Amino acid sequence: MFGSVVAVSDVSLTIAAASFFTLLGPSGSGKTTTLMMVAGFVHPTRGQIAIDGVDVTALPPQKRDLGMVFQSYAVFPHLTVFENVAFPLQVRKIPGGELRRRVGEALELVRLTGYERRLPRQLSGGEQQRVALARALVFQPRVLLMDEPLGALDKKLRAHMQGELKRIQRHLHVTVIYVTHDQEEALTMSDRVAVMRGGRTEQVGTPAELYEAPVSPFVADFVGESNFIEGVVVAASGPGRTLVRTDGGLELWGIASQPLRAGQRVVAAVRPEKLEPTNTPAAGPNCCKGVIEDVVYAGDATRYSVGLGAAGTLTVKVQNRAASRRLSSGESLEVAWDPEDTRIFARAGDDG
Amino acid sequence: MTADAATPLAVGAEPAGAAERRDARRHLVLLLPALLTLGAFFVYPLLGILVRSVDKNGYTLESYRQVFRTGVYLTVIGLTFRTATIVTLICLLVGYPLAYVLATVRPRLARWLTIIVVLPFLTSIIVRTYAWMVLLGRNGVVNQYLVAAGLTPAPLPLLYNQAGVVIGMTYVLLPFMVLTLASVMQGIDPAFLRAAHSLGASRLQAFRRVFLPLSIPGVAGGALLVFILSLGFYITPALMGGPSDVMIAMLIEREVEFTLNWSFASALGSILLVLTLAAFVVYYRLMRLERLFEGAG
Repeated sequence: MFGSVVAVSDVSLTIAAASFFTLLGPSGSGKTTTLMMVAGFVHPTRGQIAIDGVDVTALPPQKRDLGMVFQSYAVFPHLTVFENVAFPLQVRKIPGGELRRRVGEALELVRLTGYERRLPRQLSGGEQQRVALARALVFQPRVLLMDEPLGALDKKLRAHMQGELKRIQRHLHVTVIYVTHDQEEALTMSDRVAVMRGGRTEQVGTPAELYEAPVSPFVADFVGESNFIEGVVVAASGPGRTLVRTDGGLELWGIASQPLRAGQRVVAAVRPEKLEPTNTPAAGPNCCKGVIEDVVYAGDATRYSVGLGAAGTLTVKVQNRAASRRLSSGESLEVAWDPEDTRIFARAGDDG
Repeated sequence: MTADAATPLAVGAEPAGAAERRDARRHLVLLLPALLTLGAFFVYPLLGILVRSVDKNGYTLESYRQVFRTGVYLTVIGLTFRTATIVTLICLLVGYPLAYVLATVRPRLARWLTIIVVLPFLTSIIVRTYAWMVLLGRNGVVNQYLVAAGLTPAPLPLLYNQAGVVIGMTYVLLPFMVLTLASVMQGIDPAFLRAAHSLGASRLQAFRRVFLPLSIPGVAGGALLVFILSLGFYITPALMGGPSDVMIAMLIEREVEFTLNWSFASALGSILLVLTLAAFVVYYRLMRLERLFEGAG
């Protein structure tokens, strides 16, 4: 099964065969439209969509041979589980014996053996979801398209289904294009992710690239969470280590992904878990004094809001271990972090 | 902030049973005007008819005996059911595509089409029936066109026969069929059709295997409505039918107006009522409406 899918609107993507590719973005970012163009329900005004190098732009959905799982599941309510899964085989005129065998295999794959004669209304949301998945896989499509398939499930079930989806995808070596607005889901499941915003791709990369080396404040904010500190560049630099003086008067080092001019307005981003609270005056390059303004206990970690006076507020996230010191509101502390964990972005509309 | 958070808790703290009982009481109050109106103007007179059908200077089943003794009444009942069946089928054949269009076009256009479908209701049924008589007469517009176009050598007999009755009744009842069908069709999630296409179904396959079965509750509901309304039709068959196109409602009117045999008229009315209910039960069993309506939800 070789497949490379190219979806083009203002978007150009190449998706490797047998990989798990996710379109991630907030609502209205164009991720579902892009998926619908691949599926054939939306016609691009310009550009081309190719699967296995064959142009399918002009083909209607029923000729594209793509499996699709809808957000609403769209399991046919008047057909039993067996009939639902058999549907794509029946319209392809697959003979009875082979049909029964393949439906059986598909149901086994999604662990619904024994549910053949039930009607969709007798199933839970998660079970309907798995019927939709079996139905989309039973005809061995080249690509499986999924539009926020886990959106309606509760958190536990969602985590379970994420694992199931990965297991099935690896087992069948099927190419998956997955749409979600849940960044955690995108990070845990995907081989590669395209972050979309306003109908365009903001960044395409592996989950680690997106999280560790976001190319814009939007990605830094949408994928995971970031503290943003505004300032100006002290000295001109190429991509790489850059010194920034913040509006609050701090000096800090970070990594820029593009060349910057001296005096250019920039924003520095650093993740809350990369910040380290200490009570000894730190020796490293990036550190500042602050006072704890708020403490939020979140089970696995504790989040501190640290006021820096004129320099604003930082969110610091500390894993809860027996050894970690509990800090309380009003306490003074030093916060330090590694320049390698700091990304410097040109301010929008001010990029050189 | 804390006060805000406390408010929903206060509501939730009320015992669930009390809230349910209050809801039930409120629903009863809302239903009361409808129940009183139905009771006074439907149930009470209906009981009156049932009583009168067996009351002829003392209680007797004479009127019912008369109906079953005389073949002509059974013939009329048979004819009434036959006409109702034909009208229902034609309404379905004409109404289904129209409802499909109504349910699938853009909402703005659908609103206009719905207004056009409902428009005839704004005119009296008598006026509309006379209009059809003008159109369908021997020298009416329809026959003039047919003859002029050479489609028929002589004017077709379209009025004062069964054809006239069926055309007139279909016209009057079509909106009931279309609106019932369209409301069910509009409730069919377009994602089902998209899913069918994505699974490889052609337009025809998607229609036949997904849309049509999901629209069956509308077919069942619309057909039932049109059939039951047809059984009691009076004005259209009286004006557009011939001497042999007598329907049971016309027979009842004749007994009330001319022979003043109210007991016999009541017996005929009761028989029509029982047969209508019987048709409903058979139909209900046949189509398993309950299951179908549940399935559409």
